[in-house]
Amino acid sequence: MAYGGLTVPIIVMSVFWGMVGGVLPWLVPKGPNRGVINTMLVTCAVCCYLFWLIAILAQLNPLFGPQLSNETIWYLKSHWP
Amino acid sequence: LNPNVSAFQRRFVGEVRRCEEMEKTFAFLRQELRVAGRALGPCQDNPRAPVAREALRVQEQSEQLAQELREVSRNHASLRGRLRELRQYLHVLREGQRFTSLPAPLGSPPRPRALSDREPIFDPSLHQHLDRKINFVAGVIHPWRVSAFERLLWRACRGYLVANFVEMPEPMEDPATGESITWVIFLISYWGEQIGQKIRKISDCFHCHVYPYPESEASRADTMNRLHNQIQDLSVVLEETEQYLAQVLDKVMLALPTWQVQVHKMKAIYLILNQCSFDVTEKCLIAEVWCPVRDLTQVQDALRQGSYKSGSSVECFVQRIPTSESPPTLIRTNKFTAGFQSIVDAYGVASYQEVNPAPYAIITFPFIFAIMFGDVGHGLVMFLFALWMVLYENSPSLQQGSNEIWQTFFEGRYLILLMGAFSIYTGFIYNECFSKATVIFPSAWSVATMANHSSWRWDSKLPVTSARVPACTDSPCSAHSSDYLATHPSLTLDPNVTGVFQGPYPFGIDPVSVPWDMGWDPQWSGPESHLPFCRQIWSLATNHLNFLNSFKMKMSVVLGIVHMGFGVLLGVFNHVHFQQQHRLVLEFLPEMVFLLALFGYLVFLIFYKWIKFTPADSRVAPSILIHFIDMFLFTSNPDNLPLYQGQVPVQMVLVVLALASVPVLLLGTPLYLYCRRWAMKLHHAGPVAVAEQEALLDGQEAGNSVNTSKEDLESGGHSPDAEHMDFSEIFMHQAIHTIEYCLGCVSNTASYLRLWALSLAHAQLSEVLWSMVMRNGFVRLSYVGGVVLVPVFAAFAVLTVAILLVMEGLSAFLHALRLHWVEFQNKFYVGGGYKLCPFAFAPDSWE
Repeated sequence: MAYGGLTVPIIVMSVFWGMVGGVLPWLVPKGPNRGVINTMLVTCAVCCYLFWLIAILAQLNPLFGPQLSNETIWYLKSHWP
Repeated sequence: LNPNVSAFQRRFVGEVRRCEEMEKTFAFLRQELRVAGRALGPCQDNPRAPVAREALRVQEQSEQLAQELREVSRNHASLRGRLRELRQYLHVLREGQRFTSLPAPLGSPPRPRALSDREPIFDPSLHQHLDRKINFVAGVIHPWRVSAFERLLWRACRGYLVANFVEMPEPMEDPATGESITWVIFLISYWGEQIGQKIRKISDCFHCHVYPYPESEASRADTMNRLHNQIQDLSVVLEETEQYLAQVLDKVMLALPTWQVQVHKMKAIYLILNQCSFDVTEKCLIAEVWCPVRDLTQVQDALRQGSYKSGSSVECFVQRIPTSESPPTLIRTNKFTAGFQSIVDAYGVASYQEVNPAPYAIITFPFIFAIMFGDVGHGLVMFLFALWMVLYENSPSLQQGSNEIWQTFFEGRYLILLMGAFSIYTGFIYNECFSKATVIFPSAWSVATMANHSSWRWDSKLPVTSARVPACTDSPCSAHSSDYLATHPSLTLDPNVTGVFQGPYPFGIDPVSVPWDMGWDPQWSGPESHLPFCRQIWSLATNHLNFLNSFKMKMSVVLGIVHMGFGVLLGVFNHVHFQQQHRLVLEFLPEMVFLLALFGYLVFLIFYKWIKFTPADSRVAPSILIHFIDMFLFTSNPDNLPLYQGQVPVQMVLVVLALASVPVLLLGTPLYLYCRRWAMKLHHAGPVAVAEQEALLDGQEAGNSVNTSKEDLESGGHSPDAEHMDFSEIFMHQAIHTIEYCLGCVSNTASYLRLWALSLAHAQLSEVLWSMVMRNGFVRLSYVGGVVLVPVFAAFAVLTVAILLVMEGLSAFLHALRLHWVEFQNKFYVGGGYKLCPFAFAPDSWE
């Protein structure tokens, strides 16, 4: 999936948190705690989605690469694609 | 209700005093139980408060029991004392037998403590000649005083005595201190009356128990028999006394818990009744209470039931009265939300009918905590701990913990549960599990491609660590690459080379890790030491912090600005609820404009730079910080390229907009209120009965409550010339608010950087712990290594819990709390209310 670029992860995560924040509140059964639970769901969805979005956007265009020791490079070269 | 009447004149003072006396009796009974080593169980059922007759009965019974207990204890003590004396006497006689029954050679007492050769009496020949009668003094002495006693005797009587000391075979209780010590029996044989008196005086001084020592063998045997019988009788009596004592204690144990609860309830009721005042006719009591509107019908029902049950002829009733005091705040919580509400209340109870930040804090507080704590492993441990507390929350042993620190943790169990859950999520995104990164998706950095890139070939003329040459001839040459590698200790992967960087890691931070060594060694983070075995390669983390710092700093700023914007937004609820729509335009709008124009634009710049600038432009990527500073100073830096076209005019517009919103914020509301009052004064010719108040409750009248006197009524209204003073007060208040808001925006945004700082600290601490402690357990692969691993892991676990979970957890908790209390809440929260404290017989408030 990492090689598919940006589209697949974005779609997956957006759909997931969109469901949590937008669809689930309608499905919560009526009761005294409905308001609190809905608030919790929406806040949770917004916070977690934003956090994940920041993490992925920060890695989208790296302006510099990781610096490795030559031993690691030798090892990774032969064992990793 | 009746503050004028002193405490002693109140009607129910006598009853309260009676309750207190009963409680004193109860305390005495409890102490007796404790001395006897029994524990008082908690009261199982919930008894009602007793009526007056029952109370009298309880009082009588308890006093009777206390009296009995006192007597029995006294008897018991005296019996035991007597028994002890008898037993001592018996021993004295028995031991003394050994000395005096021995014939002439007195020279070998069992313990050669007697002063032997120098005494003339020890000469057996002399003994025959002496015609005087030998007298004895026998007794018991404390073992510590023996040597002093001996010395004094020797000096005082100048050798005309024989003193023998022997330890008692069994230890007995010392009546003074209660501890059991081994007494020393002494037997002194002497001649002459005067010496006898001296000896007796000396033994008195030394607090010895002296017993009469009969002269002849036969009388001694007699005495001993008599003593035996006495002791037996006494033992029997003592046993029966103890049984009776146990019975009395049983009775007390059964009755005491219920009595305690009853008397406690009675006392609480009388204290409340004391606060009521009497009607004019002295026949009924009036009380003023605060009552939630929703519960009004319940209260009426309860009153009706109460009057029915007590059989009175007149019904109690409740009536609403208007008042000018501000009501207390009641926020209904269940066991889940109570923890979160309490941390909001710790800062300040919400003013009456103000928006309550607690429902949002249920999620944002654990989330902000988790940003600073992000680690899957630690989060999991915390989550499991809280889960255990939650699942067993109904067990009484957990509920009644006496340790206060444990109680604090227990009451926050749902809070800790959520904190742990969010920490697991942020741990996945930070890719940290006990400081190791996990490989859920294959890493997006390819070393092989980079290695095959010709710039790493042997004959390259480039300097060591830069590799920013565009892709050239593609003749892969591994042999050459390894030589190249051998001479360069560290190299950087260049994202510009095609195929090296394959896209962003889909969930979290990229690990780029080695598959099967002892741990997960991500490229971005890892320990720095090398192991002797060449099969385990630990990468050198030279620049992982560069990336992480940039990421976390921007993340903190973005999240901070979003949080604060949300806070300002919540203020809208307040304005709408209290019907102060003018504040929507005059306060909310300028606040939002200021925040968004400056800091919202910063967020935009951050996201824009992330999306727009590829590795190809990495050389010339602009610095956001310098742009931001230049924006304020209205200058520009030629080295710093603009992020987009037209950036400079856009920024100028935004700054002007933000600066323009400040005077609106400063003067808008005061001017509006002034105009309104001025307009009202024009329309109403006469004096205004009630002036507009800035208070949150509008439309109040002076209350006609029983409590207020004439003076209070008059001071409720405003005199006309106080209005002018009010305006300057309002203006002052608004100026302070404006300055606080504007400066606060800047400083609070910087304050959110603590999210970055603490998460960095946590990550580094856990990494240090891993590399310094746990790795030493992996040194050997043999069985011995396996055994060594166990204590190493123990140390690792203890340090993890103590330092990382407890210390870092508390620290992150505190900082998250501070962010909520100060940065978030001062955008909208007033917090000047007081809590409603209803009268309750809570059974878990008994000890």
